[in-house]
Amino acid sequence: MDKVKYIYADNAATTRLSEEALTAMLPYFTQEYGNPSSIYSFSSNSRNAVSRAREAVAGVLGARDGEIIFTSGGTEADNHAIIGSAYANASKGKHIISSEIEHHAVLHALKRLEKEGFEVTYLPVDKLGRVKLDDLYAAARQDTTLITIMAANNEIGTIQPIEEIGAFARERKILFHTDAVQAAGHIPIDVNGMNIDMLSLSAHKFNGPKGVGALYLRRGIRVFNLLEGGGQERGRRSGTENVPGIVGLSAALTHAASNMENEAKRLSALRDSLTEGILKIPYTKQTGDQKNRLPGICSVIIEYIEGESIVLSLDADGIAASTGSACSTGSLDPSHVLIAIGLPHELAHGSLRLSLGRYNTREDVDNILKKLPPIVDKLRKMSPVWPGNLK
Amino acid sequence: MYSNKVMEHFKNPRNVGEIKDANAIGQVGNMKCGDIMKIYMKIEDETIVDVKFQTFGCGAAVATSSMATELVKGKKISHALKLTNSAVVEALEGLPPVKIHCSVLAEEAIKAAIADYYKRQGIDPEPIVGCSGDCQACHEQQERNEEH
Repeated sequence: MDKVKYIYADNAATTRLSEEALTAMLPYFTQEYGNPSSIYSFSSNSRNAVSRAREAVAGVLGARDGEIIFTSGGTEADNHAIIGSAYANASKGKHIISSEIEHHAVLHALKRLEKEGFEVTYLPVDKLGRVKLDDLYAAARQDTTLITIMAANNEIGTIQPIEEIGAFARERKILFHTDAVQAAGHIPIDVNGMNIDMLSLSAHKFNGPKGVGALYLRRGIRVFNLLEGGGQERGRRSGTENVPGIVGLSAALTHAASNMENEAKRLSALRDSLTEGILKIPYTKQTGDQKNRLPGICSVIIEYIEGESIVLSLDADGIAASTGSACSTGSLDPSHVLIAIGLPHELAHGSLRLSLGRYNTREDVDNILKKLPPIVDKLRKMSPVWPGNLK
Repeated sequence: MYSNKVMEHFKNPRNVGEIKDANAIGQVGNMKCGDIMKIYMKIEDETIVDVKFQTFGCGAAVATSSMATELVKGKKISHALKLTNSAVVEALEGLPPVKIHCSVLAEEAIKAAIADYYKRQGIDPEPIVGCSGDCQACHEQQERNEEH
């Protein structure tokens, strides 16, 4: 009897390690395991591997080698960029501009800065999740030293107008950081063309390993360190390099970049079929920008039922997905992103996110579309607010 | 995240539905909270001869309302009034701390239905039932959030 394939549709949360990345990493665990900082020849290969990885990542972003720092992931990169630049430039000003839909790694770093005397303006977003450029222009002040706005959002897939934001920041001589954790490897990024000064990315979002990321810091800008220690990464990020992780990150990113256009076309088509199919269910709607959208993210609202229940039911049917419902955030409030785009609580609780990736197929989409409607029916029949039940 | 018992009740909830000629209906929770439980009862001779529920909410919300109806079905009102959220949690072999408030809501839903039974007869439910079926669980969670 055939074992039914588990359908993993939560690639925005994390992704499977690719074969290329795994193959690239393996030698660095038990063969080339030298500490890159050691002076003997045994470490040459691991040291060179890190250099090559740095070159490759810089190449994908359009940056110089020396502008890439390897980190433990996106969270560390965000913290380093935001807290480091805020403090390094505090004598010039203590005002920062961000958005209401940033990831918690950005928001909580900003919260800490606010407690320490910095002022943050959180730009609102429109119904599609886009920052309004006029709001940004109006918010910038003489004492603004940093703009930090994500390249693309993890919950609703909306891509921000990064080029325009970068151009404005450059003109006003304000540092521009973008959290590109969901974007890198999926949509093109050019740090010079887009006037980006700092950028965060994380390997496990593009089929690389977990626990490793990169921070791009434009040459010449002032940013304090986050970690102090042995002086690795040119004194900017201490800690023995995670060589296998770094090699894996580089292999995954290079592969993603080489195939980006084709993969984006393939995924967008799957995403759109999936979304169209779901929208055939009555009382459903899509969230996020339909046009400026990450290729893999299908995000919807299914009215009259609750998100965690949908996700658990899908899991029972062999499908992994996620929700922005309160019940799953651990607090009474649903995801801050869904609230920011103006969804009333009752709709936000019915959110479902299916994020497709490299290993998802047309068959997966068809199977999800077979399994979801009966789940919605069952949960609606159980719901005290479903109009089909009320007398 | 959830015990096998909770998942059992979530996948195969007991007593789902409405009772057309119910003489006791209670609803607690609200959309802001993300949890709504509605309990229908048929009460005869001080006994809950039939009970059904409808719930909008997470896995724990469905499981606690399902278990709560199981625990009061066929019982006398006096017995059902002694139902506590802890009894529901225990019967479900535990709930994650962040989901305990769902069990409180289930207890309140049962009591709200019983209170409705008395109100329909012109009897003041407060001295008998106690809690008015307010969304206490939500308020507690709200306070806990504000503390952080």
